[in-house]
Amino acid sequence: MTLLAKGRAITLLGLCGLVGVYVRALAFTPVERVQGLAQKIYYLHVPAAIWAETAMIFVGLAGAFYLFLKDERLDRFAASSAEVGTVFATIVLTTGPIWGKPIWGTWWTWDARLTSTLLLFFVYVGYLLLRAAVVDPFLRSRYAAVLGICGMFLVPFIHFSVYLFRTLHPGPIVLKPSAPSLPAPMLVTWAVSVAVFTVLYVGFVTQRYALAVRGAAPERGEAGPG
Amino acid sequence: MRETLREAWTIARKDLVLEFRTRTALLSAFVFTALVLTVFYFGRDPTAVATIDLAPSILWVTFTFAAMLALNRAFQLELEHGALDGLLVSPLSRPGLYLGKLVANLAFVALIEAVGLPLFVLFFDVPVWPVLLPLLGVMALATTGFVAVGTLFSAMVIRMRFAELMLPVLLLPFLFPPLLGAVQITARLFGGRPLSEAGGWLRLLAAYDILFVSLATLLFRHTVDE
Repeated sequence: MTLLAKGRAITLLGLCGLVGVYVRALAFTPVERVQGLAQKIYYLHVPAAIWAETAMIFVGLAGAFYLFLKDERLDRFAASSAEVGTVFATIVLTTGPIWGKPIWGTWWTWDARLTSTLLLFFVYVGYLLLRAAVVDPFLRSRYAAVLGICGMFLVPFIHFSVYLFRTLHPGPIVLKPSAPSLPAPMLVTWAVSVAVFTVLYVGFVTQRYALAVRGAAPERGEAGPG
Repeated sequence: MRETLREAWTIARKDLVLEFRTRTALLSAFVFTALVLTVFYFGRDPTAVATIDLAPSILWVTFTFAAMLALNRAFQLELEHGALDGLLVSPLSRPGLYLGKLVANLAFVALIEAVGLPLFVLFFDVPVWPVLLPLLGVMALATTGFVAVGTLFSAMVIRMRFAELMLPVLLLPFLFPPLLGAVQITARLFGGRPLSEAGGWLRLLAAYDILFVSLATLLFRHTVDE
Protein backbone atom coordinates (compact mmCIF):
# COMPACT_ATOMS: atom_id res chain seq x y z
CA MET A 1 0.00 0.00 0.00
CA THR A 2 1.54 3.33 -1.02
CA LEU A 3 1.58 6.32 1.29
CA LEU A 4 -0.95 8.07 -0.93
CA ALA A 5 -3.35 5.15 -0.72
CA LYS A 6 -2.91 5.05 3.05
CA GLY A 7 -3.68 8.75 3.21
CA ARG A 8 -6.79 8.24 1.12
CA ALA A 9 -7.94 5.40 3.35
CA ILE A 10 -7.46 7.45 6.52
CA THR A 11 -9.28 10.41 4.97
CA LEU A 12 -12.15 8.16 3.94
CA LEU A 13 -12.34 6.87 7.51
CA GLY A 14 -12.39 10.47 8.75
CA LEU A 15 -15.13 11.46 6.31
CA CYS A 16 -17.27 8.50 7.42
CA GLY A 17 -16.62 9.61 10.98
CA LEU A 18 -17.77 13.11 10.06
CA VAL A 19 -21.04 11.70 8.77
CA GLY A 20 -21.33 9.79 12.05
CA VAL A 21 -20.69 12.97 14.05
CA TYR A 22 -23.45 14.76 12.18
CA VAL A 23 -25.92 11.94 12.58
CA ARG A 24 -25.15 11.95 16.29
CA ALA A 25 -25.21 15.76 16.56
CA LEU A 26 -28.54 16.12 14.75
CA ALA A 27 -30.42 13.09 15.98
CA PHE A 28 -28.93 12.03 19.29
CA THR A 29 -27.71 15.23 20.93
CA PRO A 30 -30.16 17.59 22.66
CA VAL A 31 -30.92 20.92 20.99
CA GLU A 32 -29.43 23.87 22.82
CA ARG A 33 -32.17 25.88 24.55
CA VAL A 34 -31.22 29.42 23.50
CA GLN A 35 -29.43 29.02 20.21
CA GLY A 36 -31.54 26.20 18.83
CA LEU A 37 -30.28 24.28 15.81
CA ALA A 38 -27.63 26.88 14.99
CA GLN A 39 -25.57 25.54 17.87
CA LYS A 40 -25.05 22.27 15.93
CA ILE A 41 -22.36 24.01 13.92
CA TYR A 42 -20.29 24.09 17.11
CA TYR A 43 -19.37 20.43 16.55
CA LEU A 44 -17.77 21.36 13.24
CA HIS A 45 -16.50 24.82 14.08
CA VAL A 46 -14.55 24.20 17.28
CA PRO A 47 -12.70 20.99 16.26
CA ALA A 48 -11.71 22.68 12.99
CA ALA A 49 -10.49 25.70 14.97
CA ILE A 50 -8.47 23.48 17.31
CA TRP A 51 -6.77 21.79 14.37
CA ALA A 52 -6.25 25.02 12.45
CA GLU A 53 -4.20 26.31 15.37
CA THR A 54 -2.50 23.01 16.19
CA ALA A 55 -1.42 22.61 12.57
CA MET A 56 0.38 25.97 12.83
CA ILE A 57 2.24 24.70 15.91
CA PHE A 58 3.28 21.60 13.96
CA VAL A 59 4.45 23.80 11.07
CA GLY A 60 6.59 25.77 13.52
CA LEU A 61 7.99 22.72 15.31
CA ALA A 62 8.78 20.95 12.04
CA GLY A 63 10.49 24.15 10.87
CA ALA A 64 12.59 24.37 14.04
CA PHE A 65 13.72 20.76 13.70
CA TYR A 66 14.34 21.25 9.99
CA LEU A 67 16.80 24.06 10.67
CA PHE A 68 18.83 21.71 12.89
CA LEU A 69 18.50 18.42 11.05
CA LYS A 70 18.06 19.64 7.44
CA ASP A 71 15.84 16.65 6.81
CA GLU A 72 13.62 17.14 3.75
CA ARG A 73 10.88 15.02 5.29
CA LEU A 74 10.36 17.63 8.02
CA ASP A 75 10.01 20.36 5.43
CA ARG A 76 7.54 18.30 3.45
CA PHE A 77 5.54 17.64 6.59
CA ALA A 78 5.53 21.37 7.45
CA ALA A 79 4.29 22.24 3.95
CA SER A 80 1.56 19.59 4.16
CA SER A 81 0.50 20.67 7.63
CA ALA A 82 0.30 24.30 6.48
CA GLU A 83 -1.94 23.44 3.55
CA VAL A 84 -4.25 21.36 5.71
CA GLY A 85 -4.23 24.11 8.34
CA THR A 86 -5.32 26.57 5.66
CA VAL A 87 -8.24 24.31 4.80
CA PHE A 88 -9.27 24.03 8.46
CA ALA A 89 -8.96 27.79 8.97
CA THR A 90 -11.20 28.20 5.93
CA ILE A 91 -13.74 25.85 7.50
CA VAL A 92 -13.68 27.94 10.69
CA LEU A 93 -14.10 31.15 8.72
CA THR A 94 -17.05 29.80 6.73
CA THR A 95 -18.91 28.00 9.52
CA GLY A 96 -18.48 31.00 11.83
CA PRO A 97 -20.56 33.45 9.75
CA ILE A 98 -23.21 30.76 9.11
CA TRP A 99 -23.62 30.55 12.88
CA GLY A 100 -23.16 34.29 13.39
CA LYS A 101 -26.02 35.32 11.09
CA PRO A 102 -28.87 33.82 13.22
CA ILE A 103 -27.17 34.32 16.60
CA TRP A 104 -25.40 37.67 16.29
CA GLY A 105 -27.58 38.98 13.48
CA THR A 106 -24.62 39.63 11.23
CA TRP A 107 -22.42 37.52 8.96
CA TRP A 108 -19.24 39.20 9.98
CA THR A 109 -18.18 41.31 12.90
CA TRP A 110 -14.70 42.48 13.78
CA ASP A 111 -14.76 40.44 16.91
CA ALA A 112 -11.30 39.62 18.27
CA ARG A 113 -11.78 35.91 17.85
CA LEU A 114 -12.86 36.18 14.24
CA THR A 115 -10.05 38.57 13.58
CA SER A 116 -7.49 36.25 15.11
CA THR A 117 -8.67 33.32 12.96
CA LEU A 118 -8.55 35.56 9.92
CA LEU A 119 -4.99 36.55 10.80
CA LEU A 120 -4.04 32.91 11.30
CA PHE A 121 -5.46 32.29 7.84
CA PHE A 122 -3.35 35.16 6.48
CA VAL A 123 -0.22 33.71 8.10
CA TYR A 124 -0.97 30.40 6.38
CA VAL A 125 -1.58 32.07 3.05
CA GLY A 126 1.65 34.05 3.45
CA TYR A 127 3.48 30.80 4.20
CA LEU A 128 2.09 29.15 1.07
CA LEU A 129 2.85 32.24 -1.04
CA LEU A 130 6.41 32.27 0.28
CA ARG A 131 6.84 28.66 -0.76
CA ALA A 132 5.63 29.58 -4.23
CA ALA A 133 7.85 32.68 -4.47
CA VAL A 134 11.21 31.01 -3.79
CA VAL A 135 12.67 29.02 -6.66
CA ASP A 136 15.62 27.28 -5.01
CA PRO A 137 14.25 24.26 -3.05
CA PHE A 138 16.81 24.50 -0.21
CA LEU A 139 16.31 28.21 0.23
CA ARG A 140 12.56 27.64 0.13
CA SER A 141 12.74 25.07 2.93
CA ARG A 142 14.81 27.36 5.13
CA TYR A 143 12.70 30.44 4.55
CA ALA A 144 9.53 28.47 5.11
CA ALA A 145 10.98 27.12 8.37
CA VAL A 146 11.84 30.64 9.59
CA LEU A 147 8.36 31.92 8.76
CA GLY A 148 6.75 28.82 10.29
CA ILE A 149 8.62 29.31 13.58
CA CYS A 150 7.66 32.99 13.70
CA GLY A 151 4.06 32.04 12.89
CA MET A 152 3.99 29.51 15.72
CA PHE A 153 5.07 32.20 18.18
CA LEU A 154 2.59 34.67 16.75
CA VAL A 155 -0.39 32.42 17.48
CA PRO A 156 -0.31 32.92 21.28
CA PHE A 157 0.01 36.68 20.81
CA ILE A 158 -3.01 36.73 18.54
CA HIS A 159 -4.83 34.43 20.96
CA PHE A 160 -3.98 36.68 23.91
CA SER A 161 -5.58 39.60 22.11
CA VAL A 162 -8.91 37.77 22.55
CA TYR A 163 -8.85 38.46 26.24
CA LEU A 164 -7.68 42.06 25.93
CA PHE A 165 -9.98 43.20 23.17
CA ARG A 166 -13.69 43.30 23.92
CA THR A 167 -15.31 40.29 22.40
CA LEU A 168 -18.78 39.14 21.42
CA HIS A 169 -17.58 35.63 20.86
CA PRO A 170 -18.74 32.95 23.33
CA GLY A 171 -16.02 32.19 25.87
CA PRO A 172 -14.33 28.79 25.90
CA ILE A 173 -16.80 26.11 27.00
CA VAL A 174 -14.57 23.06 27.16
CA LEU A 175 -10.92 24.08 26.92
CA LYS A 176 -10.72 26.32 29.99
CA PRO A 177 -9.09 25.96 33.40
CA SER A 178 -12.32 24.94 35.21
CA ALA A 179 -14.47 21.89 34.40
CA PRO A 180 -16.25 21.89 31.00
CA SER A 181 -19.70 23.51 31.25
CA LEU A 182 -21.21 21.47 28.45
CA PRO A 183 -23.89 18.86 29.20
CA ALA A 184 -22.60 15.28 28.93
CA PRO A 185 -24.28 14.29 25.60
CA MET A 186 -23.01 17.44 23.90
CA LEU A 187 -19.58 16.94 25.38
CA VAL A 188 -19.44 13.39 23.99
CA THR A 189 -20.48 14.57 20.51
CA TRP A 190 -17.88 17.30 20.69
CA ALA A 191 -15.14 14.89 21.81
CA VAL A 192 -16.02 12.45 19.02
CA SER A 193 -15.88 15.29 16.54
CA VAL A 194 -12.43 16.37 17.77
CA ALA A 195 -11.27 12.76 17.31
CA VAL A 196 -12.76 12.67 13.80
CA PHE A 197 -11.03 15.92 12.87
CA THR A 198 -7.78 14.47 14.17
CA VAL A 199 -8.24 11.52 11.80
CA LEU A 200 -9.05 13.94 8.97
CA TYR A 201 -5.95 15.98 9.72
CA VAL A 202 -3.76 12.87 9.65
CA GLY A 203 -5.44 11.67 6.44
CA PHE A 204 -5.08 14.98 4.61
CA VAL A 205 -1.49 15.49 5.72
CA THR A 206 -0.51 11.96 4.70
CA GLN A 207 -1.98 12.45 1.23
CA ARG A 208 -0.38 15.84 0.81
CA TYR A 209 2.95 14.47 2.05
CA ALA A 210 2.81 11.65 -0.46
CA LEU A 211 2.13 14.14 -3.24
CA ALA A 212 5.04 16.30 -2.05
CA VAL A 213 7.37 13.28 -2.27
CA ARG A 214 6.18 12.73 -5.82
CA GLY A 215 6.59 16.41 -6.68
CA ALA A 216 10.07 16.63 -5.18
CA ALA A 217 11.44 13.74 -7.25
CA PRO A 218 11.70 15.58 -10.61
CA GLU A 219 13.21 18.60 -8.81
CA ARG A 220 16.14 16.44 -7.73
CA GLY A 221 16.22 14.55 -11.00
CA GLU A 222 15.20 11.20 -9.53
CA ALA A 223 12.35 8.83 -10.18
CA GLY A 224 9.67 9.12 -7.51
CA PRO A 225 8.80 6.13 -5.35
CA GLY A 226 5.20 6.34 -6.60
CA MET B 1 28.36 39.81 23.65
CA ARG B 2 30.49 42.97 23.60
CA GLU B 3 31.94 41.82 20.28
CA THR B 4 28.46 41.32 18.80
CA LEU B 5 27.39 44.80 19.88
CA ARG B 6 30.52 46.29 18.38
CA GLU B 7 29.78 44.54 15.08
CA ALA B 8 26.19 45.69 15.22
CA TRP B 9 27.34 49.26 15.69
CA THR B 10 29.70 48.98 12.70
CA ILE B 11 26.89 47.81 10.44
CA ALA B 12 24.38 50.33 11.76
CA ARG B 13 26.88 53.15 11.30
CA LYS B 14 27.64 52.03 7.76
CA ASP B 15 23.92 51.97 6.85
CA LEU B 16 23.20 55.32 8.46
CA VAL B 17 26.21 57.03 6.87
CA LEU B 18 25.06 55.66 3.51
CA GLU B 19 21.57 56.96 4.20
CA PHE B 20 22.69 60.45 5.20
CA ARG B 21 24.99 60.77 2.22
CA THR B 22 22.26 60.07 -0.30
CA ARG B 23 19.21 61.16 1.74
CA THR B 24 16.91 60.15 -1.13
CA ALA B 25 15.20 57.34 0.76
CA LEU B 26 14.82 59.39 3.90
CA LEU B 27 13.37 62.41 2.09
CA SER B 28 10.99 60.23 0.10
CA ALA B 29 9.84 58.62 3.33
CA PHE B 30 9.17 62.05 4.89
CA VAL B 31 7.14 63.13 1.87
CA PHE B 32 5.30 59.79 1.90
CA THR B 33 4.39 60.27 5.58
CA ALA B 34 3.10 63.79 4.95
CA LEU B 35 1.07 62.56 1.97
CA VAL B 36 -0.50 59.67 3.88
CA LEU B 37 -1.50 62.03 6.70
CA THR B 38 -3.03 64.43 4.17
CA VAL B 39 -4.93 61.66 2.43
CA PHE B 40 -6.24 60.46 5.79
CA TYR B 41 -7.59 63.90 6.62
CA PHE B 42 -9.74 63.89 3.50
CA GLY B 43 -10.56 60.19 3.80
CA ARG B 44 -13.29 60.88 6.37
CA ASP B 45 -16.27 63.16 6.83
CA PRO B 46 -15.07 65.81 9.32
CA THR B 47 -18.64 66.73 10.28
CA ALA B 48 -19.51 63.15 11.17
CA VAL B 49 -16.37 61.69 12.72
CA ALA B 50 -14.40 63.53 15.39
CA THR B 51 -10.70 63.66 14.61
CA ILE B 52 -9.75 62.48 18.06
CA ASP B 53 -11.61 59.18 17.52
CA LEU B 54 -9.65 58.41 14.39
CA ALA B 55 -6.35 59.94 15.46
CA PRO B 56 -4.73 56.82 17.01
CA SER B 57 -5.48 54.70 13.93
CA ILE B 58 -4.28 57.41 11.54
CA LEU B 59 -1.05 57.79 13.47
CA TRP B 60 -0.29 54.09 13.54
CA VAL B 61 -1.36 53.18 10.03
CA THR B 62 0.86 55.99 8.75
CA PHE B 63 3.81 54.81 10.82
CA THR B 64 3.35 51.19 9.73
CA PHE B 65 3.21 52.07 6.06
CA ALA B 66 6.25 54.29 6.37
CA ALA B 67 8.12 51.55 8.24
CA MET B 68 7.25 49.10 5.47
CA LEU B 69 8.98 51.40 2.98
CA ALA B 70 12.05 51.61 5.18
CA LEU B 71 12.19 47.86 5.61
CA ASN B 72 11.85 47.15 1.92
CA ARG B 73 15.06 48.98 1.19
CA ALA B 74 17.06 47.60 4.16
CA PHE B 75 18.48 44.65 2.26
CA GLN B 76 17.64 45.78 -1.25
CA LEU B 77 20.51 48.18 -0.71
CA GLU B 78 22.91 45.29 -0.18
CA LEU B 79 21.98 43.58 -3.43
CA GLU B 80 23.70 46.25 -5.52
CA HIS B 81 27.23 45.32 -6.56
CA GLY B 82 26.98 42.12 -4.49
CA ALA B 83 27.42 44.05 -1.25
CA LEU B 84 25.55 41.36 0.69
CA ASP B 85 28.08 38.70 -0.36
CA GLY B 86 30.81 41.03 0.85
CA LEU B 87 29.12 41.31 4.22
CA LEU B 88 28.63 37.58 4.45
CA VAL B 89 32.23 36.64 3.71
CA SER B 90 33.48 39.24 6.19
CA PRO B 91 34.14 37.86 9.70
CA LEU B 92 30.94 39.47 11.03
CA SER B 93 28.83 37.24 13.24
CA ARG B 94 25.24 36.80 12.04
CA PRO B 95 23.64 38.13 15.25
CA GLY B 96 25.90 41.17 14.93
CA LEU B 97 24.79 41.71 11.34
CA TYR B 98 21.13 41.35 12.26
CA LEU B 99 21.32 43.67 15.26
CA GLY B 100 23.18 46.24 13.16
CA LYS B 101 20.48 46.16 10.48
CA LEU B 102 17.84 46.35 13.21
CA VAL B 103 19.44 49.43 14.78
CA ALA B 104 19.79 51.13 11.39
CA ASN B 105 16.15 50.39 10.52
CA LEU B 106 14.99 51.57 13.94
CA ALA B 107 16.91 54.82 13.50
CA PHE B 108 15.40 55.27 10.04
CA VAL B 109 11.85 54.63 11.25
CA ALA B 110 12.43 56.80 14.35
CA LEU B 111 13.41 59.70 12.08
CA ILE B 112 10.25 59.21 10.03
CA GLU B 113 8.23 59.17 13.25
CA ALA B 114 10.05 62.25 14.53
CA VAL B 115 8.85 64.13 11.44
CA GLY B 116 5.47 62.39 11.29
CA LEU B 117 4.40 63.11 14.86
CA PRO B 118 4.66 66.96 14.70
CA LEU B 119 2.90 66.90 11.31
CA PHE B 120 0.21 64.71 12.79
CA VAL B 121 -0.25 67.13 15.72
CA LEU B 122 -0.36 70.07 13.30
CA PHE B 123 -2.84 68.49 10.88
CA PHE B 124 -5.18 66.89 13.39
CA ASP B 125 -4.86 69.22 16.37
CA VAL B 126 -4.45 66.41 18.89
CA PRO B 127 -3.56 67.38 22.48
CA VAL B 128 -0.26 65.55 22.46
CA TRP B 129 1.79 67.62 24.94
CA PRO B 130 0.34 66.29 28.20
CA VAL B 131 0.96 62.70 27.08
CA LEU B 132 4.15 63.17 25.09
CA LEU B 133 6.44 61.06 27.26
CA PRO B 134 4.19 57.99 27.55
CA LEU B 135 3.37 58.32 23.84
CA LEU B 136 7.05 58.28 22.94
CA GLY B 137 7.47 55.21 25.14
CA VAL B 138 4.64 53.40 23.35
CA MET B 139 6.08 54.41 19.97
CA ALA B 140 9.46 52.97 20.98
CA LEU B 141 7.91 49.71 22.20
CA ALA B 142 5.65 49.13 19.22
CA THR B 143 8.19 50.21 16.61
CA THR B 144 10.86 47.91 18.04
CA GLY B 145 8.44 45.00 17.77
CA PHE B 146 7.48 45.37 14.16
CA VAL B 147 10.86 46.51 12.90
CA ALA B 148 12.44 43.43 14.54
CA VAL B 149 10.21 41.05 12.57
CA GLY B 150 10.37 43.26 9.49
CA THR B 151 14.17 43.26 9.41
CA LEU B 152 14.21 39.47 9.54
CA PHE B 153 11.62 39.15 6.75
CA SER B 154 13.24 41.81 4.58
CA ALA B 155 16.39 39.67 4.49
CA MET B 156 14.29 36.83 3.06
CA VAL B 157 12.14 38.66 0.54
CA ILE B 158 15.07 40.05 -1.44
CA ARG B 159 15.63 36.59 -2.89
CA MET B 160 11.98 36.09 -3.73
CA ARG B 161 9.94 36.99 -6.74
CA PHE B 162 7.80 40.12 -6.20
CA ALA B 163 9.88 41.20 -3.18
CA GLU B 164 8.08 44.54 -2.70
CA LEU B 165 4.75 42.74 -2.60
CA MET B 166 5.88 39.78 -0.50
CA LEU B 167 7.12 41.87 2.44
CA PRO B 168 3.74 43.43 3.31
CA VAL B 169 1.94 40.14 2.67
CA LEU B 170 4.23 38.27 5.07
CA LEU B 171 4.67 41.08 7.57
CA LEU B 172 1.20 42.56 8.06
CA PRO B 173 -0.20 39.64 10.12
CA PHE B 174 2.84 40.00 12.38
CA LEU B 175 2.25 43.73 12.74
CA PHE B 176 -1.21 43.08 14.08
CA PRO B 177 -0.42 42.56 17.81
CA PRO B 178 1.95 45.55 18.16
CA LEU B 179 -0.28 47.73 15.98
CA LEU B 180 -3.43 46.82 17.92
CA GLY B 181 -1.64 47.37 21.23
CA ALA B 182 -0.21 50.71 20.13
CA VAL B 183 -3.59 51.95 18.86
CA GLN B 184 -5.33 50.88 22.08
CA ILE B 185 -2.78 52.56 24.33
CA THR B 186 -2.64 55.71 22.17
CA ALA B 187 -6.43 55.96 22.23
CA ARG B 188 -6.41 55.80 26.04
CA LEU B 189 -3.65 58.41 26.23
CA PHE B 190 -5.47 60.84 23.92
CA GLY B 191 -8.65 60.19 25.85
CA GLY B 192 -6.96 61.36 29.03
CA ARG B 193 -7.03 57.94 30.68
CA PRO B 194 -4.17 56.86 32.97
CA LEU B 195 -1.51 54.65 31.44
CA SER B 196 -2.12 52.02 34.13
CA GLU B 197 -5.44 51.27 32.41
CA ALA B 198 -3.49 49.89 29.46
CA GLY B 199 -1.26 47.64 31.58
CA GLY B 200 -2.25 44.49 29.70
CA TRP B 201 -1.44 46.03 26.31
CA LEU B 202 1.89 47.34 27.59
CA ARG B 203 2.84 43.87 28.79
CA LEU B 204 1.78 42.46 25.43
CA LEU B 205 4.01 44.95 23.59
CA ALA B 206 6.96 44.28 25.90
CA ALA B 207 6.58 40.50 25.60
CA TYR B 208 6.31 40.79 21.82
CA ASP B 209 9.51 42.86 21.64
CA ILE B 210 11.53 40.54 23.86
CA LEU B 211 10.35 37.40 22.09
CA PHE B 212 10.67 38.58 18.49
CA VAL B 213 13.96 40.41 18.88
CA SER B 214 15.56 37.29 20.38
CA LEU B 215 13.85 34.94 17.93
CA ALA B 216 14.88 37.02 14.92
CA THR B 217 18.47 37.28 16.20
CA LEU B 218 18.60 33.49 16.43
CA LEU B 219 16.87 32.80 13.12
CA PHE B 220 18.61 35.45 11.03
CA ARG B 221 21.55 33.14 10.25
CA HIS B 222 19.21 30.85 8.32
CA THR B 223 17.98 33.62 6.06
CA VAL B 224 21.34 34.79 4.73
CA ASP B 225 23.77 31.85 4.80
CA GLU B 226 24.18 29.70 1.75
